[in-house]
Amino acid sequence: MSEAVVNSNDTKIVVYTRAFLGLMQRDFRVLTREIVPFLIRIAMNPLLFLFVFTFVMPHMTGGSTLSPTAGMAAAGGGGFGTVLLPGLMAVAIMFSGIAAVALPLAQEFGVTREIDDRVMCPLPIGAVAIEKIVFSAIQSIFAAAVVFPLAYYIPSTPVLVHVSSWWFFIAVLVLASLLAGALGLTIGTFVQPKQIGLIFGVVIMPITFLGCVYYPWAALSPIKWLQNGVLINPIVYITEGLRAALTPTVGHMPDATILAMLLFFFVLLTLMGLRGFANRVLS
Amino acid sequence: MSESIVEILGLRKVYAGKNPVTAVDGIDLHVPSGLIYGLLGPNGAGKTTTISIATTRAIPTAGSVKIAGIDVVAHPALARCVIGVVPQYNTLDRSCTAFENIYFHCRYFGMAKQVAAQRTAQLLEQFRLSDRAAAYPQALSGGLAQRLQIARAIAHHPKVLFLDEPSAGLDPQSRIAMWDAVQALRGEGITVVLTTHYMEEADAICDRVAIIDHGKILIEDSPAALKASVGGDIIYDLRMRGVRDSGLLEKELATIEGVTRVEVIEGGLRVLARVQDGLLAKVVTTANEYGLRDVTTIEPSLETVFIRLTGRDLRE
Ligand SMILES: Nc1ncnc2c1ncn2[C@@H]1O[C@H](COP(=O)(O)OP(=O)(O)O)[C@@H](O)[C@H]1O
Ligand SMILES: [Mg+2]
Repeated sequence: MSEAVVNSNDTKIVVYTRAFLGLMQRDFRVLTREIVPFLIRIAMNPLLFLFVFTFVMPHMTGGSTLSPTAGMAAAGGGGFGTVLLPGLMAVAIMFSGIAAVALPLAQEFGVTREIDDRVMCPLPIGAVAIEKIVFSAIQSIFAAAVVFPLAYYIPSTPVLVHVSSWWFFIAVLVLASLLAGALGLTIGTFVQPKQIGLIFGVVIMPITFLGCVYYPWAALSPIKWLQNGVLINPIVYITEGLRAALTPTVGHMPDATILAMLLFFFVLLTLMGLRGFANRVLS
Repeated sequence: MSESIVEILGLRKVYAGKNPVTAVDGIDLHVPSGLIYGLLGPNGAGKTTTISIATTRAIPTAGSVKIAGIDVVAHPALARCVIGVVPQYNTLDRSCTAFENIYFHCRYFGMAKQVAAQRTAQLLEQFRLSDRAAAYPQALSGGLAQRLQIARAIAHHPKVLFLDEPSAGLDPQSRIAMWDAVQALRGEGITVVLTTHYMEEADAICDRVAIIDHGKILIEDSPAALKASVGGDIIYDLRMRGVRDSGLLEKELATIEGVTRVEVIEGGLRVLARVQDGLLAKVVTTANEYGLRDVTTIEPSLETVFIRLTGRDLRE
């Protein structure tokens, strides 16, 4: 048969790779069909946030008194918008991981069991989970790219962007996006499907507000316990990484520390996520 | 049996937990190539667990399953190339159309775009789904969704197709359409292993049937042979008014020619007998003197085989 699927001379790697690409292709098809809701989902948060805090508020007060970090950002050059640009990109990256992996998984484990079909693909079960992470990372990068122009053009005071190393920027962006997918996988497999609604309050809100999104990490120095406490939050390294790569005029963590921590959390969350995934699909 | 395509040896599965459940308790099974093979048993017998292990979705506690010579525990990804699965619940991809469900399945299994599209069109035709190609699974009736699941499961030309309770929730008409579709797979050389708790289904489409209860295979043969050997019996369930002298009636019934066994059941007696003319009349006359209220006849079937082996009805 010309269409025989598994020719005996196909190596395992070839079979696996084809299955993996097939899964990616399916995900792209579904995503392109839902491109409008996808764009709205990505753009709405930064759009409203920037509009209110960097456009409306400055006009209302005629100055920066309302914004606590304004003084500090101004000291380094740039307004609140400069602080927010990497922060909002980080939120978009993180949120894409949740929306692309955690929410669909919760639904598939809980109600539809659709995942069972993809688990029957001719590739190791872990690879099905990895595909979710990779595809989610692609969405995260796209989301970050959508947020950038918004965060750059909306603020009323100019945003100071300067990329000194493209390699560092790309490394941060890719690692951060993979980390977000791994976070989504971990949440999606560990949280009981019925309780997935709770993760907004219990996980997403805390890691966002305590993720150095709306203020640089260095600015926490007057509150030492908090400054040390937030170090267990992987979002901190995403925001600080983007800050270091895009808006270095605002104080940020050392580059090497950022990359090391992004890698550490990516590996940790991937291992946890793979384990949770296997537990969920195998009995 | 060297030509067995599915070989199950000493299979056991204990679900761990506070109260561990032994779902499969030492099953050996050899499914010859090219047959439609049925696992018949009541709910909770261990059918789904057996299928889950054979299809790489559950890890056995002990024993092994080989499909076309591939050990499914050691090489799950490879084994998935030679099996097709339709689980007992609908796992169609709700974000994709009927066409895409099959098309992407083909892609997962390595077919080139054009080959995948051709195969999809051909299967939609074969399963009479062509006019619903653009429909999403939510819009398909239970019968159509089930046919689409079967079409998708065989899209990559598996050697064995596993169907778990394929007619659960189907109306009688859809069930017969599904049976036809499964019967037609014989021509393609696909071995089918299906589970069911409907004895009519096992009887109607299976070449061989294994009866399973409490995680064990009780007996295994062709439906005809099963009915002839174990259960060439017709069963009369006698409901009695009160149970006085039932011991006496039991003895008296047992002496009637053709009666092979008499058992006490809730509210009366169960008479197992060889089929012969005039027997029912004798049984009724005898029982009448002891206060017979009602009699139910169960014709020789896989149901009577099951009752004979376990003392219980399949439906219980
Ligand atoms: N994931 C599970 N965890 C614990 N017990 C299970 C699980 N799946 C099935 N069982 C138990 O194993 C036994 C066999 O179940 P199953 O294989 O689904 O039977 P069947 O398909 O014949 O109805 C039942 O007692 C069931 O409650
Ligand atoms: Mg079952």
